[in-house]
Amino acid sequence: MYTDIAVIGGGPAGMAAALSAVKLNKSVVIFERDERLGGVLNQCIHNGFGIHYFGEELTGPEYAKRFADTVMASSITVKSETTVLSITDDKIITAVNASDGVFRIQAKAVILAMGCRERTAGSIMLAGTRPSGIYTAGTAQKLINTKGLAVGKRAVILGSGDIGLIMARRLTLEGAAVLAVLELMPYSSGLKRNIVQCLDDFGIPLLCNRTITKVVGKDRLEGVYYAETDKNLKPIKETERFLECDTLLLSVGLIPELDLIADNDIRINPATNSAYVDEGRMTSVDGIFAAGNVLHVHNLVDNVSEEGHIAGASAALYADMTDAQRAQRADRINIRAGDGIKYVIPNYINTPSKSGVDLYFKVKDVYKDCEVCVLSDGETIYKKNRRILTPGETEKIRLDGKGLNKDTEVFVRERK
Amino acid sequence: MAKITCIVCPTGCVMNVEDIDGRISVDGNKCPNGAEYAVVEMTAPKRVITSLVKIGHGVVPVKTNGGIDKNKIFDALAVLKGLVLTAPIITGDVIVKNVLGSGVDFVATGSFPE
Repeated sequence: MYTDIAVIGGGPAGMAAALSAVKLNKSVVIFERDERLGGVLNQCIHNGFGIHYFGEELTGPEYAKRFADTVMASSITVKSETTVLSITDDKIITAVNASDGVFRIQAKAVILAMGCRERTAGSIMLAGTRPSGIYTAGTAQKLINTKGLAVGKRAVILGSGDIGLIMARRLTLEGAAVLAVLELMPYSSGLKRNIVQCLDDFGIPLLCNRTITKVVGKDRLEGVYYAETDKNLKPIKETERFLECDTLLLSVGLIPELDLIADNDIRINPATNSAYVDEGRMTSVDGIFAAGNVLHVHNLVDNVSEEGHIAGASAALYADMTDAQRAQRADRINIRAGDGIKYVIPNYINTPSKSGVDLYFKVKDVYKDCEVCVLSDGETIYKKNRRILTPGETEKIRLDGKGLNKDTEVFVRERK
Repeated sequence: MAKITCIVCPTGCVMNVEDIDGRISVDGNKCPNGAEYAVVEMTAPKRVITSLVKIGHGVVPVKTNGGIDKNKIFDALAVLKGLVLTAPIITGDVIVKNVLGSGVDFVATGSFPE
C-alpha cells in the first residue's frame, strides 16, 4: 500500500495535520490505536477548549468532534484500533490491527502526532508500598469520565499542573474529598484560571514547596507522608506529616511518546526530550514531521491544532517536491534558546517567508516586568515588554522575517 | 471584604473587593479588566458545570449551556443524580431543561453509542 502522507496518532494534532494535507489534495492515512479519533480530548469533559480556534468555549469531546466529523467526511483513511510497530527513515510504516493483520504502508511524508504519556510513581521514585489507589491523574480522568467509575473517596494530589488541578475539581464534583494539592516547586505550573476555578472555588488547599516522602497501605492506600522541601527541593525530615487518604493522583509531568522512533536518526533536543524541527515542523530526518504534544507540551489545544496545520501543510509541500528540490535547501538559520528561555520552537528556519515566522517558547522561571528580545548576528531584531512570563505558559512572538541571520537567539531579561 | 484572584491574565492580581451599600470598590487590580472581573465575581459569580449521566453500561458527558450561580453548583449536580438516559443520545441533546429555574439547560457533550 502507498500514501502521500501518513499521520501517526488521531488526536487534535494528527487530525489538524491530516486535514491540512488533504486540503492540498494529498492522500492521507491516520493511524489511531484507540477505537475513535480525538485522543486525550475524549476524556477532558471540562470546558475551556477552543476559545482561540473556534471563538467559543467547548468541552474536550465537543472540540474533538468538530475535527473528527470533518475528517470522517473527507477522503482521509482512518485506521483505528491500529498500532504502529515501526517507522523507517525511508517512510515505510509497519502496523497491526485485527482486520488487516500486520501490514506495511509506504508514505512520502510521515507526521508524528502521538502526544504524551504521563510520568508515573516509578518515574518519580515514589517511596513506600504499591497498594491500589495510586493513579496518574490522566488515568483517573479516563476511568471517571469515559467509564463512569469512582476512583476513591479521600484524595491527595501530587503536582499542580493543569491535569492535577482539573482532577481536583472533577473528584470534588463527583463527591470525593480532595484534601490537598502538593507542589514541589514554589509555584504551580498550572493556569491561574484553573487554580481559581478548580481549587479556590472549592476551598482545596494548594501547598507549595511540599512533596510526598512515603506512601503507606497494603491492599489499598492508607495515607501519605509529606514534608516541606528545602531550596534544593529535598524534603525536610522534621516537617514530615501524615495525611490519611485512600487515593493519590500523580500529576508530575508528561513525556513525549517517542518510543516508536527510538531507532531512527532523529536528533533530539534535551530541553524538550523531543525532535529539533524547522519552521514547517520537519525533524532532522527528511520527510518526518512532528506536531502537538509529542513535540512540546502545549497548554492550549488551540495551539496544538495550529501546529498540526503547520506540519500537515508543509508535509504536503514536501510530498510534491522532487529529489532535486529537496536537496536544494537554503542555508539554515539557527534559533537558539538564550538566557531565561527553556526552549524555542522552531529550532531552525530554512526559508524565512515574507509573512514572517511565529516562535513559540517557554521561560525557565517567573519573570515580572521583563522584556523579550531576539538577537540576530548581534543585532536586536525584536524587543517587547511583558508584564509577566511564567514557566507554565507557552509564549508566542511573531518575527517579520527581516534581519534574520544565521545565528539567532531569543532571550528574556528584567527591565532596568 | 473579599480577596479575589483575577484570572483575566497570568499576572493574577489579588484584589480586595468590598461592597459598600451596593457600590463595589476594587483595590489591587493593575488594569480595568480586573475591576470588571471582580465586580462580577462579587455580585453574581457563575460557572459552567460539566458532569456525567448514566446510560446503559456507560456514561454520557454533559455541560450546562450557560453559567449557573457558583453557590448552586452542587444543587445543580443533584438534579443529575439517579438519572438514567435511554440511547441514542447525540451531542447537543438537552438532558435537563431549565436547571433549578436558571434558564440554563444541561446538554450532552458526547454521543452514545459513540
